[in-house]
Amino acid sequence: MSRQTSRLDAKKVNSELLTLTYGALVSQMLKEIDNTDDVNKQLERIGYNMGVRLIEDFLARTGSNRCMEMRETADKIQQAFRLYLNMQPTVTSWSSAGDEFSLVWDQCPLSEWVEMPNNGLKYCGLIPGAIRGALQMVQLDVQCWFIQDQLKGDAVTELRVKYIKRLEDAVPAGED
Amino acid sequence: MVIYGVYIVSKSGGLIYNYDHNIPRIETEKTFGFPLDIKLQYENKKVVVVFGQRDGINVGHVLLSVNGSPVTGRTTEDGKDVFDLIEAKESFPLSLKFGRMRATTNEKIVLASMFYPLFALASQLSPVPKSSGIETLTADTFKLSCFQTLTGVKFILVTDPNMQGTEVVLKRIYELYSDYALKNPFYSLEMPIRCELFDTSLHTLLELVEKSGTANL
Repeated sequence: MSRQTSRLDAKKVNSELLTLTYGALVSQMLKEIDNTDDVNKQLERIGYNMGVRLIEDFLARTGSNRCMEMRETADKIQQAFRLYLNMQPTVTSWSSAGDEFSLVWDQCPLSEWVEMPNNGLKYCGLIPGAIRGALQMVQLDVQCWFIQDQLKGDAVTELRVKYIKRLEDAVPAGED
Repeated sequence: MVIYGVYIVSKSGGLIYNYDHNIPRIETEKTFGFPLDIKLQYENKKVVVVFGQRDGINVGHVLLSVNGSPVTGRTTEDGKDVFDLIEAKESFPLSLKFGRMRATTNEKIVLASMFYPLFALASQLSPVPKSSGIETLTADTFKLSCFQTLTGVKFILVTDPNMQGTEVVLKRIYELYSDYALKNPFYSLEMPIRCELFDTSLHTLLELVEKSGTANL
């Protein structure tokens, strides 16, 4: 990452600050919105909006090229997790068609210290939203959902990413 | 190394940011006797020199003022028609100020949206498949460098034709955009960028480049 050396400010914050802020956001949303499904939807939406902006930061920092294959995309997502959350999820469970994979992690800064109420909340719902938003900006339509969640008693957290289609009409000129 | 300006064009081809950095202002004032030896014509709501280039007054320059009173359209400030003044012998000697017209914001928006299909056309015209669009466009007085991000935003830098290392500068502007425009919660995507922090850091960058080049970016 060339940026760290050349940039004026490589801002680092304590991950606990992020954890607590995110926790405050989620608990406030639970207070204000009665239906847990709606909270999940809102979290997804917030994540999406973050993703469409964050992708520019990711591209500017890493100077990545366009992905022409799902494995490359998986690599980039892994890199983004390292960059923004300082965690290294493993990429596993590829479908035989190569269009679907899982990201597995056992520790995420967002869900540290969290004990879940039993109400169907997807606590880390922001992450799939962000992935979807970011990939949409680079003309890749994906679906993203949790299939295992540590906060719900599973051994690890597993996020499934599925390729839906390439958004051909949104590919910028000179790239198609 | 002179940088004339920076433009940012959104994915849909709209101009979302423009900044004139260092455009020389060309203005000449001269006193004329009767008859006027410069041919003027009224076009596009401006009085333009069409023939008779001399003393730094070039074809294409626009009449800015008559005897110190600014001209809007074809009338002076006190409501007289410019062409009436020029044809009447008794109004001479006349002091006329000519200059090169700066593009207005509207004209810039039009130009930016004209560059958009040009860029697409270039990649379509290419004899080799998978060509990018226009990356540099050189004229004898300036060089236009364009960098398109994977998301379709175009960063355009207009510089002196001898300027080197414009790609690095464009990358840096992209970083500034992703930091100061996109992380500003009050900025909505695809809208014109009105962020003061972005402005100031861009100005700092351009001054740094002009002073010490692109080597230490």
